[in-house]
Amino acid sequence: MSAVVFAHHRMSPAERVRDAAWVAFVALLLGIPLIGLTTVDAGGRLEVSTRFGMLALFVAIAFGGRIALRATVDHFKARKLARQQARGASEATAASTTRRVSTWLGWFALGASIGLPILFSDNRYVVDTATTVLIYVMLGWGLNVVVGLAGLLDLGYVAFYAVGAYSYAILATEHGWGFWQALPVSGAMAATFGILLGYPILRLRGDYLAIVTLGFGEIIRIILVNWTDFSGGPNGISSIPRPSFFGLEFTRRPAEGEQSFAAFFGLDYSPMQRLIFLYYLILVLALLTHVFVSRLRRLPVGRAWEALREDEIACRAMGMNTTNIKLSAFAIGAMLGGFAGVFFAARQGFISPESFVFTESAIVLAIVVLGGMGSQLGVVLAAALLVLIPEFGRNFAEYRMLLFGAAMVLIMVWKPGGLLSHREPTVRLGQREETPA
Amino acid sequence: MMLTMEGVHAHYGHIHALRGIDVQVQVGEIVTLIGANGAGKSTLMMSLFGNPRASAGRIVFDGEDITRLHTHEIAHRGIALVPEGRRIFPRMTVMENLQMGAGFAAPDNFDADIARVFAMFPILDERQGQRAGTLSGGEQQMLAIGRALMSRPKLLLLDEPSLGLAPIYIRRIFQIVRELNADHGMTILLVEQNANQALRVAHRGYVLQHGGITLAGTGAELLASPEVRAAYLEGGHG
Repeated sequence: MSAVVFAHHRMSPAERVRDAAWVAFVALLLGIPLIGLTTVDAGGRLEVSTRFGMLALFVAIAFGGRIALRATVDHFKARKLARQQARGASEATAASTTRRVSTWLGWFALGASIGLPILFSDNRYVVDTATTVLIYVMLGWGLNVVVGLAGLLDLGYVAFYAVGAYSYAILATEHGWGFWQALPVSGAMAATFGILLGYPILRLRGDYLAIVTLGFGEIIRIILVNWTDFSGGPNGISSIPRPSFFGLEFTRRPAEGEQSFAAFFGLDYSPMQRLIFLYYLILVLALLTHVFVSRLRRLPVGRAWEALREDEIACRAMGMNTTNIKLSAFAIGAMLGGFAGVFFAARQGFISPESFVFTESAIVLAIVVLGGMGSQLGVVLAAALLVLIPEFGRNFAEYRMLLFGAAMVLIMVWKPGGLLSHREPTVRLGQREETPA
Repeated sequence: MMLTMEGVHAHYGHIHALRGIDVQVQVGEIVTLIGANGAGKSTLMMSLFGNPRASAGRIVFDGEDITRLHTHEIAHRGIALVPEGRRIFPRMTVMENLQMGAGFAAPDNFDADIARVFAMFPILDERQGQRAGTLSGGEQQMLAIGRALMSRPKLLLLDEPSLGLAPIYIRRIFQIVRELNADHGMTILLVEQNANQALRVAHRGYVLQHGGITLAGTGAELLASPEVRAAYLEGGHG
């Protein structure tokens, strides 16, 4: 029966016929009792009658079906082989195409994000949503340092977002600090928390690390809920001051001795001015984050993060201090999350623990993973998608989250490595002398 | 004396993996450690590197006691490890892998060092922009050796460099070991299962069994020793 197997070599027509004949023969053997002979009821008695015409038809179908099946399988195999060969040959060109497309997409995204509030200057909804997208982009870039570059799975990233937001809220409402004074201090606070979290979990990796970071995120949230004197508990902190434009407030009637933005520039007051200002503020913060992270990636510390993701033991054998590398990744990721938190608090004017639940961590992590771990532009695309899909889904009411989940699954099926999984080397051929060794 | 291990013990949790090891490596030597699976060869190599740290005994490298130092501090003293299973950084390019090897070396040396590595392994020069994970096993082993050389080590530790390689690459790797020693004066400590080849290139060798040294001698002596022949050479390892 060895002839009836899916042969690995190309079959000649004679072999195909022989192969199909074998199958037909087996069909005949099986078919005689099953189809060829049948019992009929002849006036209360059972009689055996034959159906050889029917049997011949089935054997013919088996023969023809086998030939068709083989031909289809061979066709697809040949196509797969050709594709593999083509891919091997064109890997280099594919990489350079991806690079070109990425660069082009990056500039397009930058242009679009600068132009957006000008085009939609009276559409509050669009500007607001775009601001939300940018907050998630910034969070994604921050978490990308920890998860995408250093490979440390952090499920409690929202904790640092919360630390940043509450630091600003408390500094501003109780100590009268301004946005720009509080920004670096809150970032430093978040970084400190990053190191605090980092120390005890230096030895953990993978699942265990994920569980501990998850717990850390919850601890911060539960403290915020329960420590009413400090954080206002579940009521949160309200009337957090808004950032001003070099001391110019975005209000209709500024306080005594202050001047409003609209009055200074001789404009009519409009609430959109503040929204557009906030939009550009987060855009600038996000762009600074991007420049900062991409610079870091090219420095020894950034390469060390990536090496750590690849192989920790090899890192230590290379004489790298993995403790410092991990802590620096946690600290910088936390600091960027803290900056995003400060902005969030300043934009909302009100924060409560409800804004810092696990779902937020999960969404930011999903942005990093869907974007393609370590890819800066991928984070932008994924953040835009994950914020916009639920927005478009509003018409579907309760099916919204279903749509959201289905979209995530589809992206992962279609692009298992993330939207942009191409990794840009930190050194390119012929540019060796430009990079510090 | 470049390296002296005196009465070194090491534990993995409750497992007593090394039981009083005495090993010496002189400048300019190739020393090999042979032994069966689980005899403690890799543990010896790793505890030399402070992971796990020796629980008793002393390790002196280049006149300095390194028993209590951290792994990265030991690496900075001038020991480089080519780990078992190569452990290159697969998603990074060949060039980036080599840069990682030069992590703490003086930046001024980089161009000279990379030229030296490329001269030794021309295939790495050709493939410098390629992702290291796409190299063949033998090429990855060369990359792992090249990466270790980028830090200008005084002592090179090779842990099972021939493991899982095609026979042609196994020959090439042992040839490289010999060249490194003869042409570049590199002191090498080589851990191998391939006892036959290892003893042929080594000046001296140690046989490790159940966490202790059972035999020591020159490569030729060990090759001729009936115990070694029976245990490691005629059992199908050759």
